[in-house]
Amino acid sequence: MRLLTHNILSSNIKGVTNGFPLGIEVEKVVEKQVEINHDFLRNIFPKIDWKAFSDASKIMGYVELPEEAPEPSVLDSDLDFLRKFHHALLELHLEEGALVCPQTGRKFPVNKGIPNMLLHEDEV
Amino acid sequence: MKLKQLECLLGHLQQFSNPKVELEQYPTGPHIASRLLYTAENSFDDISNKVVADFGCGCGTLGAAAALLGAEQVIGIDIDSQSLGIASMNAENLELDIDFVQCDISNLGWRGQIVDTVVMNPPFGTRKKGADIDFLFVALKVASEAVYSLHKTSTRDLRFDVPQLYKFHKKKEVDIAVDLWRFVPKRSRGENINVGVRCPLD
Repeated sequence: MRLLTHNILSSNIKGVTNGFPLGIEVEKVVEKQVEINHDFLRNIFPKIDWKAFSDASKIMGYVELPEEAPEPSVLDSDLDFLRKFHHALLELHLEEGALVCPQTGRKFPVNKGIPNMLLHEDEV
Repeated sequence: MKLKQLECLLGHLQQFSNPKVELEQYPTGPHIASRLLYTAENSFDDISNKVVADFGCGCGTLGAAAALLGAEQVIGIDIDSQSLGIASMNAENLELDIDFVQCDISNLGWRGQIVDTVVMNPPFGTRKKGADIDFLFVALKVASEAVYSLHKTSTRDLRFDVPQLYKFHKKKEVDIAVDLWRFVPKRSRGENINVGVRCPLD
């Protein structure tokens, strides 16, 4: 599971009003290189919840991202930033671990990179 | 990538070994999958460089096709762990980068407008009534640009309250005649209706 996916998923347990962002427990992180696409990064940047993304990247062991989202104009010229953004968003994979509901603490296991978000009967 | 090439690659994917009837598991054949994605990309530019989600991905055929046609990120969602295992293996065999998530589509917790396009071959609702509508409902909330969905031809006029209907021919998939629908979520168009158009599958 990449951090792009993590930036989308939230806890939908009954009664939970703010299920985003999910906490992350890391057991195994894998890095897989993919080709960088600058236009894609520029398009997706405004849609990313930066704080959730930046915090998550640190938990995954990558500390290069700034805490605050930079000005969008940075994306036009700062190749170094783009590379870091790309790396954190698309090249870090949570292979084993768990996602954690921020409100209830309920853990959703992640095995072989696949989070299991199935709810128990009493959570629906 | 040429259509025939895409169809050929998809033909090598592994499919359900023991399909679960209660989940209406059936493979999306390479013929229809290749044409669905080809239409989405070449007629509407909805795949390459986009974030694409495959709802009810099963063994991952539609998601794999999206990745092969240049989707920047593909996310496959399914309720069944066995299918996801096969889908993962299929993605790995084709050296495709696809994220998979196991969940029930009706309980999906999803934030924001990051997904551009949803592609899906949802359950038709023969086992769980209204399953196809559940899928459509969620897909339209998630996709910021378009939803591509296959539905039984026999449900066309009964279920969908769509103002515009075009006469296109349909393609037979196994023994069931299906139509490809392209839905545009209302937010992105500023209209107050969801527009669904049936697309030709040549």
